[in-house]
Amino acid sequence: MDPTSHAFPANVERALADRSLQEALARTAAGFPKKRLEGIATLPEFELVRDQATAIREHVLDHLDWYLERFAAQVEAAGGTVHWCADAAAARAAVLNICQQAGARSVTKGKSMIGEEIAINDHLEAHGITPVETDLGEYIIQLRGEAPSHIVAPALHVSRPQVAAAFREHHLGLPRERPLETPRELLDEARAVLRDRFLAADVGITGANMLVAETGSTLIVTNEGNGDLTQTLPRVHVVLASIEKVVPTLEDASTLLRVLARSITGQEQTAYTTFSTGPRRADDPDGPEAFHVVLLDNGRSRLLGTPARAILRCIRCGACLGHCPVYGAVGGHAYGWVYSGPMGAALTPGLLGLPEAQHLAHASTLCGRCEAVCPVRIPIPAILRYWRGQSWTQGWPGGLPRLGLRAWAWLARRPRAYRRVTALTARLLRRGAGPALARLPGLAGWSATRDLPVSEGSTFLAQWQARRHDR
Amino acid sequence: MSGREQILARIRDALGRGPLDAAGAATLAARLQAPSANRLPAASRGDRATLLRRFAAKVRRAEATLVPLETLAEVPQAVAQRFPQADAVRVAPHPDLASLAWPAAGLAASLGPARADDRLGVSRAYAAVAESGTLVLCSGPASPTTLNFLPDCHVVVVHAADVAGAYEAVWARLREQADSAAFLPRTVNWITGPSRTADIEQTLYLGIHGPRQLHVLLVGTGLVELLEEGG
Amino acid sequence: MSGALPHVGLLVTCLVDLFRPSVGFASVRLLERAGCRVTVPPQQTCCGQPAFSQGADDAARAIARQVIETFADFDYVVLPSGSCAATLRRHYPELLADDPAWAARARQLAERTYELTSFLDEIVQLTDITTVRDAEFAYHDSCSGLRELGIRAQPRRLLELVDGLREVPLANPEGCCGFGGAFCVKYASIASRMAADKADQVDGSGAGLLLGGDLGCLLNLAGTLRRRGQPTEVRHVAELLADLTDLPGI
Repeated sequence: MDPTSHAFPANVERALADRSLQEALARTAAGFPKKRLEGIATLPEFELVRDQATAIREHVLDHLDWYLERFAAQVEAAGGTVHWCADAAAARAAVLNICQQAGARSVTKGKSMIGEEIAINDHLEAHGITPVETDLGEYIIQLRGEAPSHIVAPALHVSRPQVAAAFREHHLGLPRERPLETPRELLDEARAVLRDRFLAADVGITGANMLVAETGSTLIVTNEGNGDLTQTLPRVHVVLASIEKVVPTLEDASTLLRVLARSITGQEQTAYTTFSTGPRRADDPDGPEAFHVVLLDNGRSRLLGTPARAILRCIRCGACLGHCPVYGAVGGHAYGWVYSGPMGAALTPGLLGLPEAQHLAHASTLCGRCEAVCPVRIPIPAILRYWRGQSWTQGWPGGLPRLGLRAWAWLARRPRAYRRVTALTARLLRRGAGPALARLPGLAGWSATRDLPVSEGSTFLAQWQARRHDR
Repeated sequence: MSGREQILARIRDALGRGPLDAAGAATLAARLQAPSANRLPAASRGDRATLLRRFAAKVRRAEATLVPLETLAEVPQAVAQRFPQADAVRVAPHPDLASLAWPAAGLAASLGPARADDRLGVSRAYAAVAESGTLVLCSGPASPTTLNFLPDCHVVVVHAADVAGAYEAVWARLREQADSAAFLPRTVNWITGPSRTADIEQTLYLGIHGPRQLHVLLVGTGLVELLEEGG
Repeated sequence: MSGALPHVGLLVTCLVDLFRPSVGFASVRLLERAGCRVTVPPQQTCCGQPAFSQGADDAARAIARQVIETFADFDYVVLPSGSCAATLRRHYPELLADDPAWAARARQLAERTYELTSFLDEIVQLTDITTVRDAEFAYHDSCSGLRELGIRAQPRRLLELVDGLREVPLANPEGCCGFGGAFCVKYASIASRMAADKADQVDGSGAGLLLGGDLGCLLNLAGTLRRRGQPTEVRHVAELLADLTDLPGI
């Protein structure tokens, strides 16, 4: 998908005016924090496990090359094939090639952010292969021609009537007068329709929450069971994963799994956590005949050497999205690309570059709630500040905001000049010049929805000096 | 330069070093050779009775049902009781299950991987984990993975002796029981409750793509009494 | 420590200096009541947070060095603001970590720096609060103070010493008010939404009094409440504790 992150301010206006989206966001607002607290309550050792999860992810990043090589060797030892893809184009080509070699006409997909990142669906369609999203949320937005708006709940912005409308439009051959009111009716129809697709698929593509170096296993964490039907029924199983997803051992994976679901749905574990290692064995009664892992770099290796490196710890739980007031106000589409919320704001500048993505790093109060709930303690405010520093060095923001900040910093280093300016400002504010001041470019944003503060007419420092002389 | 070489070179460049030296690599390799558990929660510990009760409670909390049985022989009747409308059952070709008295319970049993229209499937778990009420199923000739996902309703038979406190004990058991370095099967499924989604207006509903209902039969001597007295 | 009384350097913060001097006077009164000798270095200007938040690190460092110089000789440095105190305590050492001449000095300043309520409650244990006020109040926990400095219980313990005050909780007490410095003008529509949510919560709580420890947040919230015609009285917690409430609310 073509990013629109550069148009974030316009996206925001649209999102704030979108009644249906705002209702959906209001519905979910209190849910995520509540569920996380419920999840944590079932693990008294949560903070200790969280510390260990953080240490595991940092350890892997320090040795990412070694762990990737070990992972790849183990995949191959188990009878799988690894495709090392430096960028999105290479990954698209690898997936297409696998599908064409398999003579695939239809492909089922479990949820994969990497799939979105490389826009694999468009690529397959362009070559006459039909990709079918099977995660219910992803399926709904595929029918609607939309991008996901949340990494765990991709159809968060879609209402029940909108789902029904999409089903009526796209599920041909079903009686027109059939009831599609209740969620149960919608779910049963989706199950039946997608069941046929699962069974017909030649290739199944899934993502991976983690890659286990010890055994060459990939693992997915789901609640629906679609990821499992996607990877078990077709002849070929393809895993799309970015390079930083590696963990050393099954024990390390278990540690991370103890904090992942708790942080977002409040579950101790999701309904299905599945570890896949190679293709079916000679005596297996079912399972794919071929197993491929497509490893994608696409800029992540470069991030390793920057202060933004810690975003590579991310295990895609979605907790930060669920606690962020900015995400809560505008939803995921406003961010303009695949990754939204705080993790999206921290990662996207690294993958797309600052000219495209700098708004995302600036549209934050640095409140720190994301970092407070991240199971692997990613210091997102510090990473956003790093991107801001990069922007600043490259001249953004320019114009009046830059001038204003530089003037302020100049004054702040010159106490006498500073006191003269503040004394004048205090007098002007008192004299009712407030409204006029507020119309200064840049400050108009304040007065649109807030009254100006009433000043005392002089500064504290001036009053303090005066009182000192009175004594 | 291949994609592999490119990626590894970029990683090393970013980390400010070349490939790990022999000593560094040996340290990492040793860690992988002898995997050890990180911090295990208190919920994974306890005597047999405590763990079994906790397992049952957590299974039920995850919206599955659980019934304790004294012996395997009781399984077909227990399945028929739980699913009175069923007249056929697809059974994993496991020695524990294959020769049970299914017809006597009114169930026509067939063995093998699941088919598209199977309404009721029965598997035998490799292990289970008390700390979260999780079943562990491993793919193999006696344990087709499709049975875990295609049928409408899924029954899983678990031996009490196979209930571990923590996930880590199950990995250890898999490693011990393997006769080669490749100790993992194609698929290891951790199953905690039936299939569910909250994708329709963020409200939770059970039964989307995987089984709508999950029923656990926990088999072991003295279990009925144990689970009843503990509640 | 030098001398019998702890010597406190008060950094009033630029917002207090410009928009609400009474918070500065309230801080002085409270610190003196707690037995401190208070000095207000006249060369103080700003802690540099606007530059720091923007990523303008060179400017932030220059200001940091100046602040370190200005406040070199005190036993403690106290600020009536969680975000400014966090800038000194947490961020000055990070900013100057690679500057051999200043790294140690930044750490030493950080160790002596406290936000006002945490200083009064934890360090000097002020109990001499004479304010009497029969009211229900809601407390806005500013993000920096809360998450960077762990300030939550301290202002509430001090407020317990005020006769007649009762706290009513906000529905989402840990949610950001949307000030965020430049954020509130740069991304004004998102900020307004966040402030409106808070204003709704204040309305819903039934509190007639809204207190907090950060003037940026309070100006944002008060401005929003005034525009919406909500009569809630908004004050910095120092004003109430020091019983300096002749001035109308923010």
